[in-house]
Amino acid sequence: MTVQAALVHEVTAAELGDEPGGKKRRLREKHAGGRKSYGMFWCIVPFLILVFLFSYFPLYGWIYALFDYKPALGLSGSEFVGLQWFEMLVSSPTQMTQIGQVLVNTLAISFLGIATSVLPLVFAVFLNEVRTPWFRNAVQTLTTLPNFISWVLVYMIAFSLFSSTGLVNSILTDSGLITAPIKFLDTDQHVWVTMTLWSIWKGLGWGAIIYLAAIAGIDQSLYESARIDGAGRFQTMWYITIPQLMPTYLVLLLLSVANLLNNGMEQYFVFQNAFNKEHIQVLDLYVYNIGITGNSLSMATAIGMLKSVISVILLFTVNTIAKRVRGTSIV
Amino acid sequence: MSTVTAGVQRRHAGDWIFTIINYGVFLLLVFLCAYPFYFLIINSVSANDVSALGDVRWWPIGFHLGNYKEVFHLEGLPLAAVVSLGRTVIGTAATVLASAFLGFMFTQSKMWARQFWYRFVIVTMYFSAGLIPVFIIMKTLGLTNNFWVYVLPFIVQPFFIILVKTYVESMPESLQEAAEVDGANIVQIFFRVYLPNMTPILATVAIFSAVAQWNSFQDTLIYITDQSLYTLQYLLYMFINQANSLAQAAQNSGGDMSSIISAATSQTPTSIRMTVSVIVVLPIIFIYPLFQRFFVKGIMLGAVKG
Repeated sequence: MTVQAALVHEVTAAELGDEPGGKKRRLREKHAGGRKSYGMFWCIVPFLILVFLFSYFPLYGWIYALFDYKPALGLSGSEFVGLQWFEMLVSSPTQMTQIGQVLVNTLAISFLGIATSVLPLVFAVFLNEVRTPWFRNAVQTLTTLPNFISWVLVYMIAFSLFSSTGLVNSILTDSGLITAPIKFLDTDQHVWVTMTLWSIWKGLGWGAIIYLAAIAGIDQSLYESARIDGAGRFQTMWYITIPQLMPTYLVLLLLSVANLLNNGMEQYFVFQNAFNKEHIQVLDLYVYNIGITGNSLSMATAIGMLKSVISVILLFTVNTIAKRVRGTSIV
Repeated sequence: MSTVTAGVQRRHAGDWIFTIINYGVFLLLVFLCAYPFYFLIINSVSANDVSALGDVRWWPIGFHLGNYKEVFHLEGLPLAAVVSLGRTVIGTAATVLASAFLGFMFTQSKMWARQFWYRFVIVTMYFSAGLIPVFIIMKTLGLTNNFWVYVLPFIVQPFFIILVKTYVESMPESLQEAAEVDGANIVQIFFRVYLPNMTPILATVAIFSAVAQWNSFQDTLIYITDQSLYTLQYLLYMFINQANSLAQAAQNSGGDMSSIISAATSQTPTSIRMTVSVIVVLPIIFIYPLFQRFFVKGIMLGAVKG
């Protein structure tokens, strides 16, 4: 998802910003004399209604955060409680500790993700040094495969390799290294690290694709002139390839900062169990757990609402920074 | 000739070491990414009592295909396969058509308030009301426990619309002008002229949305309680987590109690999990290499121009 977002940025920058691709069309628009077509608009109305229903209309649901919403009673039957839920978030010590832990988890996992976000770049730079075409293609194909399976299947793989009767424990026991199986999955230790490792396993090869695309776009004459100047392999990597990839990397980095609170819930949901719950609950999962499982719909709405607002603020902040630094916006 | 090569080698001894390490690291990465899939496959066709112990490592032991026959007698699995396939086919078709149409329409500068509506659609990428309000809206719209919850929210995908729009903008405008001269209206122009010429980008959109549909798990989890609407992914998740009911399912699917079932072929929780996993992952393994070329190109067409 992050890479998708990343691929988007360049395009959206163009579309929503100065729209270089539309220049020709804008000119034509002028020549056409600006007669507007309502017929064309009516053609897309059904789709606009879908967008409204699934993206805009739910915003109205934020008022549930002001009620003690009971699904059985409906909104009209539920009691209006004002900002009670928001006050509870900060006033009740137990709630505070819980939310605090959830926030720590969210930020820790996000920061580990950001810290390791350089890996796809490194992967691409080194893969670019592989000169055997079939080997390159094989590497690219096989390492992107995990990106295309669901988190449920990732968990299934984790389970079959690392459960107490799984492959790893069976190998370790057979070789006499351990006597009792190691609980890789049912433990609260290193949860953040293992979650990051699974994310890397799933996303590394895929994440490298955008950098490989960027590398393919580097002007070859840069390399030629460097070689004439006597630059070796590492020097061209260090002084040409990597600097050329930096703009792409920075944009991805900024986007991941904007997504600091949005880790999604699927990965953590499938990996959560009674043992690792304390450290695996990120905000998105927490909202699900208290809202859908725990039936505190209003509380969950309040938390989700705060999360959305902070995320949008982060996005705009990051966008402003990007504008200052790079001269183009990412949104 | 050989002296020249030797000279090159001497000069770049470091190069050789680098090359070897580089290939070695990539081999290791390939192994880490590919082996788990291989592991699932060999275990699903191995003797079930051996695979339950985690002893099948490099090749199948006690090869048999009985698991695949048995697993389709599991309660709910054939139906889940139909639901998964159905949402993938219908959902993908709807998403591709909508993306193509909207991507094309948003290039039409004559359309009333085009920029505004384009932004109206695109900004939805960047905000979300959150899980609970969306859940409540779905409930209000009667989409919980409804097959269409798998399709309707997926139809308009801003990301795909951007890809298509960018692609259409790179096509020659004379296409449209010629069709206009011939008196075609906008819908005809779209279906007759543009749609047939958008194949590369539509293949990209199709593969992405098909994979997303096939892999989707969260929507079943949140919106569906009706067992007849469970997907394969959801069933697999339940199979991983419900060891007890799985043991029971294994017994039930064994069927005829009078027949002698050997330990090697009778279902175990492990064999069920592995076999269902393979069924879930096989379509992806087959389709993915065929389409990889397409979508890498498609992504570049759409994204690199910025």
